[in-house]
Amino acid sequence: MALRSLQVTITALGICIVIGIPAGAALALIRFPGKRLLTALIYTGMGFPPVVIGLMVYLLLSRSGPLGSLGWLFTLRAMILAQIILATPLIVGITMSSVLGVDPGLQPQLRALGATRWQIVRALLLEARFGIIVGVVAGFGSVISEVGAVMLVGGNIEGRTRVMTTAIVLETRQGSFDFALALGIILLALSFITNLTMVLGQGKLSSS
Amino acid sequence: MSDIVYSIENLEQIYGSRTVLRVPSLQIAQGEVLALVGPSGAGKSTLLRLLALLETPTRGQVTLHLDGRAVTSATATIEDRRQIAMVFQRPVLLSRSVRANVAYGLRLRGKRNQHDRVEAALERVALTHIADTHPRTLSGGEMQRVAVARSLILEPRVLLLDEPTANLDPYNVGLIESLVREQNQQFGATSVLVTHNVFQARRLASRVALILDGDIIEIAPTETFFNAPRDPRTAAFVSGEFVY
Repeated sequence: MALRSLQVTITALGICIVIGIPAGAALALIRFPGKRLLTALIYTGMGFPPVVIGLMVYLLLSRSGPLGSLGWLFTLRAMILAQIILATPLIVGITMSSVLGVDPGLQPQLRALGATRWQIVRALLLEARFGIIVGVVAGFGSVISEVGAVMLVGGNIEGRTRVMTTAIVLETRQGSFDFALALGIILLALSFITNLTMVLGQGKLSSS
Repeated sequence: MSDIVYSIENLEQIYGSRTVLRVPSLQIAQGEVLALVGPSGAGKSTLLRLLALLETPTRGQVTLHLDGRAVTSATATIEDRRQIAMVFQRPVLLSRSVRANVAYGLRLRGKRNQHDRVEAALERVALTHIADTHPRTLSGGEMQRVAVARSLILEPRVLLLDEPTANLDPYNVGLIESLVREQNQQFGATSVLVTHNVFQARRLASRVALILDGDIIEIAPTETFFNAPRDPRTAAFVSGEFVY
């Protein structure tokens, strides 16, 4: 179950990073019509009630929904999808604001040193790395701690879609507080170890 | 002519509704040090950015001549652009070590293992002792020396400097001036220097241009510019009694 929690979290977070960091950088660096509206939508997404996302994904994947034919409802894929929708705006928003936070004077100076467009993007992302790591940490936190949405779309099926958080809810309801508490401690430990790893990685980045 | 590096024809640069620079004609010769002097907002930095091909003129052309080819901001390849290096008034450094900042331009060009060159560049700007520190701990003069070093290491054919010594102390001013002179004399780098400081123009330049309100009022060899200016405004400017 702990492994399943990690599997769902890591898969969802990986996809969030792959989508979120480039999207955040693009939003910070490219001017296009409708950018403000999109930014407002992303900020809204950063604080979206997870259970509403769960409901939407549920409707999307239910047998009569537009993506019902995929048969994803009550599977890990449905849970991962809900978590991607939940955490991607966080990573996009924080990446965007971190890249915007880089001194605007840097860009022309890098160009004047002979940097190509991609070399500039790379340098700006590296300059914004600490902010981006914060975004990833926030995304990780929201994904691993999510209950409502994954309960709705995963169904909390034992041995298949039950993860740490949903198990804690169930055990608490059944009065097995000891077991629930033990699960809670394991979840905290997982979270702490992961964050510690990221912080250590951040230290390495700053000295490079 | 093969010894012309830049030629400008009918240049006008307009921001919004304001014409910030008008240059009907200007040539910059290979190996010269041209100083652009004049008050703030006169259009000196705009001209420099146009020479750096960082901006495209609203009207007219800025043409860079490289080995018999004529390139503009529209046609310049990345390799063409890499013949030019520019030092800005307020340097913005990368949040990496001083050494990594100096080596950055080489890395952009795929030259990763040129430790000797990097060390030599650090030596030239007298920053070897703080090569491993982070730029946020540097003084203004040290930051500008890093910015000069990261440009000079590229051995550019054209070196553009936008008030590189504004607000610096005499030691740093002297060091940066001697580096510009050295780069010009030893490597033949053509230099265009924007400065507020007429004394600096006199010390470094072979030719000086006075720019006022977007127009080049006078451009002449340094001796003539200072000793026998044609325009009364130039005379007033070099004598320090100029009021804008």
